[in-house]
Amino acid sequence: MNVPAQEAPFETVRDVVVENPVISAQKLDFWYGQSQALFANDLDIAPRKVTAIIGPSGCGKSTHLRVYNRIFEQYRGQRAGGRVLLDGQDLLAPGTDSIALRRRIGMIFQKPTPFPMSIFENVAYGVRLHFSFSRKELERKVEESLRAAALWDEVKDLLHKPGTALSGGQQQRLCIARALAMSPDVLLMDEPTSAIDPVATARIEELVLQLKERLTVVIVTHNMQQAARISDHTAFFHLGRIIEFGATAKMFTNPSHPKTEEYITGRFG
Amino acid sequence: MTELRLSHRPATGRKVADVLVRVFSVLSAALGIFFLFWILWVVLKKGHTVLSWSFFTSAPPSPGEGVGGIKYALVGTLKMTGLACLMGVPVGLLTGVYLAEFGRHGAFASGVRFCVNLLMGIPSILVGLFAYTVIVLAAPRHYSGNAGAFALAIIMLPTVARTSEDMLLLVPDALRESALALGIPRWRMITGILFRAARKGLLTGVLLSVSRVSGETAPLLFTALNNNFYPKNLSQPTANLTVTIYNYAMSPYDNWQRVAWGASLVIMAFLLGVTLLLRFILKERHRS
Ligand SMILES: Nc1ncnc2c1ncn2[C@@H]1O[C@H](COP(=O)(O)OP(=O)(O)OP(=O)(O)O)[C@@H](O)[C@H]1O
Ligand SMILES: [Mg+2]
Repeated sequence: MNVPAQEAPFETVRDVVVENPVISAQKLDFWYGQSQALFANDLDIAPRKVTAIIGPSGCGKSTHLRVYNRIFEQYRGQRAGGRVLLDGQDLLAPGTDSIALRRRIGMIFQKPTPFPMSIFENVAYGVRLHFSFSRKELERKVEESLRAAALWDEVKDLLHKPGTALSGGQQQRLCIARALAMSPDVLLMDEPTSAIDPVATARIEELVLQLKERLTVVIVTHNMQQAARISDHTAFFHLGRIIEFGATAKMFTNPSHPKTEEYITGRFG
Repeated sequence: MTELRLSHRPATGRKVADVLVRVFSVLSAALGIFFLFWILWVVLKKGHTVLSWSFFTSAPPSPGEGVGGIKYALVGTLKMTGLACLMGVPVGLLTGVYLAEFGRHGAFASGVRFCVNLLMGIPSILVGLFAYTVIVLAAPRHYSGNAGAFALAIIMLPTVARTSEDMLLLVPDALRESALALGIPRWRMITGILFRAARKGLLTGVLLSVSRVSGETAPLLFTALNNNFYPKNLSQPTANLTVTIYNYAMSPYDNWQRVAWGASLVIMAFLLGVTLLLRFILKERHRS
C-alpha cells in the first residue's frame, strides 16, 4: 500500500564528450556498510587534462576519488558497485592487482603525510620497491621527481634531513614528488591545498598546470577559484550524484543546472 | 554578582568540601612519596656498604665469610631476561600488529584483546607454576634458566602487545593510506613505515615489560631456581638476582643478608635507570 514516492529518473547534465577517457566510471555506486554514498556516478576523465570535482561537504567527492585507486578496500564494510574502466579494463574486477594499479594511479591527500624518514628516502622508498635501480639511477630518479614537484632547489642541500622538518607546503610537494617518482599516469588529489597557506597553494596550482603536460590530474577542491584556474573539466557532485559535468569555463560562467549555479555562486554548501 | 549563582547550596558548604578534598589528596600524594623515599633510603643505607666493583665481578660468598659478589646472579638474570625478550617481544609485537592493523574491530581481535588483558592480570606466581608444570616437570625433569626465561616471556607478552597496539593506533590512518596509495604492500607499510613512525612508543613497551620482569621472583622460584655456579648456559638451574635476594635475606648469615641488600640496590638502580630512559624517550617524542 505504501509505495515509496517514485523519484524522477536521474540524468547527469553533460555538455562535453570525453574522447578516449583514461578513467571511465560507469554506474558507480558506493556503500559504507548499509548507507549508500554514491549513486550511479558516470564520469569520464580526459587524458592529460585536469578534472576538478566540486560540491558541498559530504556529497561524496572523496568517496568517488578513493574508488579509483581502490584505497577504500582496506576498510571493512566499504564496497563499490558498477564499473570503473582504466584503459578499458574494469579496475573493480576481483582479479585486479591493487599494487600495480596504485603504481599507475597516485594519490595526494589533504594533509601532507611525509614518511618518518629523510627527504631522499621519502622519494626513494616506493621507487626501490617497484623498480630495480642502481644507486646512480635511484639518485637521478629522486632528483628528477623533486624537480618535477618544484622542490629540488629548496631541498637539494637537505636531502638527508627528515621530511617532517619541511614546511607544510614543502611537505605537500614532497608527497607529490614521492608520487611522481612512481611514474604514474594519473594523479588523484583530494583537497591538496586546503591545509596549506596561500603562497604554497599558488605554487602547487602552478605545478598542477605543469604536470598536465605529462599526466592526468583529478582534483577535489572546495575552492571555486582554484577549480576555475586550473581545471579543464568540472564535475559537480551533490548528495552522491553527479549533477553536472562539463567544460570548466562553461560551467563557471553559464551552468546548466540550477543546483550547480546555486553552489558556484555560493548560495549553499 | 549574586545573579551569577548557579546553585542554591550554601557557598560555605561547597568551599569546605573543596578544601577537604584538596587537603586529603595532597596528603595522600605526600604519603605515597614518603613511602617511596623511605624504601629508597632503607635500601640505599643497607645496600651501599657492599657496593664496589668487585661486588659485580665476584662469585657468591660462603656463609659467614666476606661479601663476595653477585656476578653469577647478575649474568643469570641478564641472560634470562635477554632470552625472555627474544621470545616475548616478537610475539607481543606481532600480537599488537594484529590487533591494530588487521583485527581492529573484528570479533577475533576483541577476543584476543580480552585474553591479553586477562593475561596482564594473572599473578606472576601462577605463570611460574605453569612454566613449572609444562617445562620443569617435563623431561629432563629439572629446573632450568630456559624455563625461567619462558615464564618471564609470558609475563612480558601482554605488556608488549598492549603498548604496541596503542602506539600503532596513534599513527594516523592518513600515513597508512598514503603508503598504500604508493603501491607499497601492506606488510612493507607496517614494517617499513609504521614501525618507524611508532618506534619510540614500541621501544617504550619493551622497556616497560623489561622493567616489569626485572623484579619478578615468584615465577623464577619454580623455574630457574638458583645456582652457586656461573650460568654458562640456561639448561641448568640458573643463578639470578631476585631469588638470590630471597634466599640470602632469609638466611641467618649476616654477610648474605648484606649481599641481599646490595643486590636489591642494584635492581632498584636499574629500574630507576629504565624509568629515566623512558621519560627521556617520551619527552623526545612530544617534542617532535
Ligand atoms: N568512513 C565512513 N563511514 C561511513 N560513512 C562515511 C565514511 N566516510 C564518508 N562517509 C559518508 O559518505 C558521504 C560522502 O563522504 P565524502 O567524504 O566522500 O564527502 P566529501 O564530498 O569528500 O566531503 P568533504 O568536502 O567534507 O571532504 C558523507 O555522507 C559521509 O558522511
Ligand atoms: Mg573529502
